[in-house]
Amino acid sequence: MEILMAIVIGFLFMSAVYLMLSKSLLRIIIGTGLLSHGAHLLILSVSGLKDKAAAPLLGEHAKDYVDPLPQALILTAIVISFGVTAFFLVLAYRAYQELGTDNVDQMRGTEGNE
Amino acid sequence: MTLLHWAIISPFLMAIIIPLLYKLFRKIHTGWFVLILPVILFTYFFQFISITSGGNTIKETVQWMPSFDINFTAYVDGLGLLFALLITGIGSLVVLYSIYYLNKDKEQLHNFYVYLLMFMGAMLGVVLSDNLIVLYMFWEFTSISSFLLIGYWYHRERSRYGAQKSMLMTVFGGLSMLGGFLLLYVMGGSFSIREIVGMAGELSTDPLFIPALILVLLGAFTKSAQFPFHIWLPDAMEAPTPVSAYLHSATMVKAGLYLVARMSPVFADQGLWLWLVGGFGILTLFWGSFNAVKQTDLKGILAFSTVSQLGLIMSLLGVGAAALHYDHINDNIFLVATLAAVFHLINHATFKGSLFMVVGIVDHETGTRDIRKLGGLMSFMPITFTIAIIGAFSMAGLPPFNGFLSKEMFFTGMVNIMEADLFNLQTWGLLFPILAWVGSVFTFLYSMIIVFKTFTGKHQPEKLEKKPHEAPIGMLISPIILASLVVIFGFFPNILSHSVIEPAVAAITPSLAKEVEVHISFWHGVGPELFMTLGVFLFGILLYVLLPKWKHIYTWIPEKLTLNSFYDRGIIAAERGSSRFTKGYMTGYIRSYLVYIFSFFIAILLFTMWYKGAFAINTEYVAPIGIYEIALALILVISSVTTLFAKSRLTSIIALGAAGYTVSLFFVLFRAPDLALTQLVIETVSVALFLLCFYHLPPLSRHEERMSFKLGNALISIGVGVVVTLVAISSYSTKLFDSISKYYIENVYDEAGGKNMVNVILVDFRGFDTLFEICVLAIAALGIFSMIKLRLTRRKEG
Repeated sequence: MEILMAIVIGFLFMSAVYLMLSKSLLRIIIGTGLLSHGAHLLILSVSGLKDKAAAPLLGEHAKDYVDPLPQALILTAIVISFGVTAFFLVLAYRAYQELGTDNVDQMRGTEGNE
Repeated sequence: MTLLHWAIISPFLMAIIIPLLYKLFRKIHTGWFVLILPVILFTYFFQFISITSGGNTIKETVQWMPSFDINFTAYVDGLGLLFALLITGIGSLVVLYSIYYLNKDKEQLHNFYVYLLMFMGAMLGVVLSDNLIVLYMFWEFTSISSFLLIGYWYHRERSRYGAQKSMLMTVFGGLSMLGGFLLLYVMGGSFSIREIVGMAGELSTDPLFIPALILVLLGAFTKSAQFPFHIWLPDAMEAPTPVSAYLHSATMVKAGLYLVARMSPVFADQGLWLWLVGGFGILTLFWGSFNAVKQTDLKGILAFSTVSQLGLIMSLLGVGAAALHYDHINDNIFLVATLAAVFHLINHATFKGSLFMVVGIVDHETGTRDIRKLGGLMSFMPITFTIAIIGAFSMAGLPPFNGFLSKEMFFTGMVNIMEADLFNLQTWGLLFPILAWVGSVFTFLYSMIIVFKTFTGKHQPEKLEKKPHEAPIGMLISPIILASLVVIFGFFPNILSHSVIEPAVAAITPSLAKEVEVHISFWHGVGPELFMTLGVFLFGILLYVLLPKWKHIYTWIPEKLTLNSFYDRGIIAAERGSSRFTKGYMTGYIRSYLVYIFSFFIAILLFTMWYKGAFAINTEYVAPIGIYEIALALILVISSVTTLFAKSRLTSIIALGAAGYTVSLFFVLFRAPDLALTQLVIETVSVALFLLCFYHLPPLSRHEERMSFKLGNALISIGVGVVVTLVAISSYSTKLFDSISKYYIENVYDEAGGKNMVNVILVDFRGFDTLFEICVLAIAALGIFSMIKLRLTRRKEG
């Protein structure tokens, strides 16, 4: 299962990087979204996906639980990446408004243009 | 702090109060206040002669950074004292001269004297320090104050050019020298020159010895304007003439000679030292004197003449080092070279100082320094003419002035070097006297040009800005004193020999100190030196008379091949090259930088995995794959790839949402209920935000954009994907130790009183993470709010 997940994560990273290299600002943000999905799944998979273990709730009275620590880490990461993505999106929206373009290449500041 | 230390730093202290005196007493020329200090210092240092002439030295230490072995150690021996006397003595005369040279109403005198005092203190520090790092500190102080003085008339472009050039060259040398000093410390474990001299024999076998030698010599050669670093000195002539007289003839340019003399006992054991110092010295002597004849500006001639004379002294120091290197020959024959170096050092300071002052007077009284415009000034300026004759004849090596004596000794030294049997080739040693002789002929030639082109011949009043007349007496005092010294040292050279020269020579060659006994005789019989001197006169006069006929040989070297042009083009090429390089990779496009980052990511990780053989695959602990997982994985892959090939933005946003919801389903499947909940909610909000932004696109760029397929992007993204997959598989397959999560599982109820392990970790075990995660959200919210609300540009427009 972990090996399959590693391949899926590879696909997520590939798409994310490809989008981040494109010109449209919106695509770049979509790329960062995919990248954070990939990172979250990576943390979870690498810590092990035990087949016969219960969810990390003590009420389950199970013999074995899945690892709770990576879940806590991912929860933190999800919230942070959401905050950053929201900020980035509004930044992009304001950039459209002020500059009238969403093409990253056109946003390039040149020496004589300040 | 002893009195000696106060004496060294007193010019710096004086420099602090000079601007105050300048503002308070506008009626009095600030130079008069400054003059007091070097005179006091000169008399103070004069007392030391009785100590050093007895072969004794003084060493006083003030702790500065003892843990680094850096202490302000003042050390007075014959060599240091000779330089200290030169610095303070000529310093006094130059300050006196500058009082009459610089106008107190038109010039910014406080700047001038602050720089000059800074320089004087720095120079005293250089020659009286025993600690190499302290010496280096003062050394760079001389570079900086020289830079400030050359650029004194900073509104002139040539001044700024000259200042920058000298700064670049001397600081380059200074930094090399620092490297050499540090190597010496690495070898000997001490920064004290005295201690390093004591270890000289052991150090010479160290592999770092030769690099240290070359680095230290680079410092000395750049400072003393040796070939090919001499090119900064003629451009430094843009400084006011008192500065040229003081810094660029008598003191600063001799700092390199001082360093060579000081380090001789350490390095002279190596034949390389002898060859580099002697060889570059003799080459500089020849090249400087050859080029001096070409100049038309009086200060230009004097600049090249200084270069050539410095080369002369340098070559003598090199030959003198043979006394320490060759043990099998009677040492005294090389000792005469060191003696000549010290003697000529004094003589050069006297006659070159007076000549610069003479040129300053001519410039001041006629308005030009161009020898093509000058001529026939003899009847207008008889005193200046007399001083010029004394100075120039001494420089040319004519009897009965002091230059004659040191030139005779110079020839003796150069003839003696042939006996050293260098490289077992008589011909190489023969080059020394030949180049020395040719250089002397040119020296004679330009000395005559200075005197006769300026003061004799036809007077051309129409070319001069002012009507020439004799200078005020105050301006003449200093050159008169210097010219008198030239004559006195010429007639009675032995007043110096026991008091000053002997201790200095003993300091340069400490192992032979007992054999040093100086007697300068005016007439030493008929020898090769006499015929060489006669030849110099004859050929000099011949060349002077025929000068117009052969002057065109100077045009043989095209402008493009001169060292100056190499320097200028080098600077321009360095600037252009670095600018082109920076522009080449700093494109300003975000994609370029991402490409660099991702390429390095791929390259470094792949290389490390290959190099370390880190790739591993282990299926022992792998969980089995179910049908749901395969379905979800397929959906995730499809939705992520859909974002790539989506024709419209809307499709890619929906595909991103699909990916997010699939991830939350994965969380369900992998038994992470809290994650699934959060992911579901946040994905919904994110997609809403994306749609909001999409909706607000300006109509202009709403066009549906099809992705332009780029092969490079594809390669890089596939590379990143593959690398991440490889790293994930390898890291999972090599488990080094068990997880720490057992502790959380066992103690979550007993210690924290909760049953939801993830939540307990978030708020109890690792609560700090959560605190700052809340901060992140708060900052993001505030940031978004202010981005929307704060419209500074619009307010300006409205």
